[in-house]
Amino acid sequence: MTAVIFYISAATATVATAMVISSRNAVHALLHLIVSLLAIAVIFTLYGAPFAAALEVIVYAGAIMVLMIFVIMMLNQGDAAVDQEKAWLAPKNWYGPALLTAILLVQLLLLIFSGAEESAQRIHYIGPTEVGIALFSHYILAVELASMLLLAGLVGAFHLARHKRIETSEAPDAD
Amino acid sequence: MPTETLPDLLTGLTLSAILFCLGLIGLLVRRNVIYLLMCVEICTNAAALAFVVAGAHWDSSDGQVMFIFIITLAAAEVAIALALVLQFFRRRHTVDIDQLNGLRG
Repeated sequence: MTAVIFYISAATATVATAMVISSRNAVHALLHLIVSLLAIAVIFTLYGAPFAAALEVIVYAGAIMVLMIFVIMMLNQGDAAVDQEKAWLAPKNWYGPALLTAILLVQLLLLIFSGAEESAQRIHYIGPTEVGIALFSHYILAVELASMLLLAGLVGAFHLARHKRIETSEAPDAD
Repeated sequence: MPTETLPDLLTGLTLSAILFCLGLIGLLVRRNVIYLLMCVEICTNAAALAFVVAGAHWDSSDGQVMFIFIITLAAAEVAIALALVLQFFRRRHTVDIDQLNGLRG
C-alpha cells in the first residue's frame, strides 16, 4: 500500500515538474509547482518525516509560492508574455540542455546505484520531538545563523524593492 | 514505528535526482527570470528531498534539521531574488535574462 502511494506521488511530482518547465503561462507553472510540492510532502510523510511534510506545505507551498504569485501579479504581463514564451521555447532550444542533463542524470543514477548493498534497510520514523531536540541542542549555533540570514534577507529585500531607486535611475539628478 | 521497506533509500534518491535534473533543464532552457527562480526552487527542493530520505534511512534527525535550514535558505533567497526581479522589470520593462548584460559595457 505504501509503495503504491509512493509511486503515485512520485509520478505526480515528476509530471507536475515537467509541466512547470514547459509551461508558457507563469501562473499555470506556479500552480503546477504547488502540485509538485504537495506530492513531495506526501512522500515526506511516507518516509516517516511528518514535520518536514508540514513545513513543506506551510513554508514552500504556502509562503514562498504566495510571494511568487504576488510578484507575477505585480509584473502583470498578460497575453503578450505567453506569446513571447512561445517564441523563446522553440523545440531546437531544448535539445542541447536535455542532452547534457540526461548525461548528468545517468551519472547520478550510476553513483546512487553503485552503493546499493545496504538499501534493503527499513525506513525509520523521526518525529518532530527528535528534530526539535537536535535543532535546539546540537545545532543551536546554526539556528542563530539562520535567524541572522532571515534578518539580512528581510532588510535586503526591503532595500532592493524600494520604489525610490527607479526615480534615481530615470532622473539622475533627482536625488 | 518502522514502516514497510519499499519506499527505500534508492528509490527516494532516484526521485531526487530526476527532479533535480528536470529543474536543471528548465534552468538551462528558460529565459524568463520568474521561471528561472521556479527552477532554482525545484533544484533546492530535490536536494532537500535527498536529505530527508537519507535521514530516514540512517535513523538520524540530522536530515530533517538540514531540511529546515534549506527551507530557510530558500525563503531568504526567494525574497531577495524577487526584489531584484522587481527592480529589473522596473528598469528594463522586460523579464528576459539576456537583457542583464550591462557589465559587458
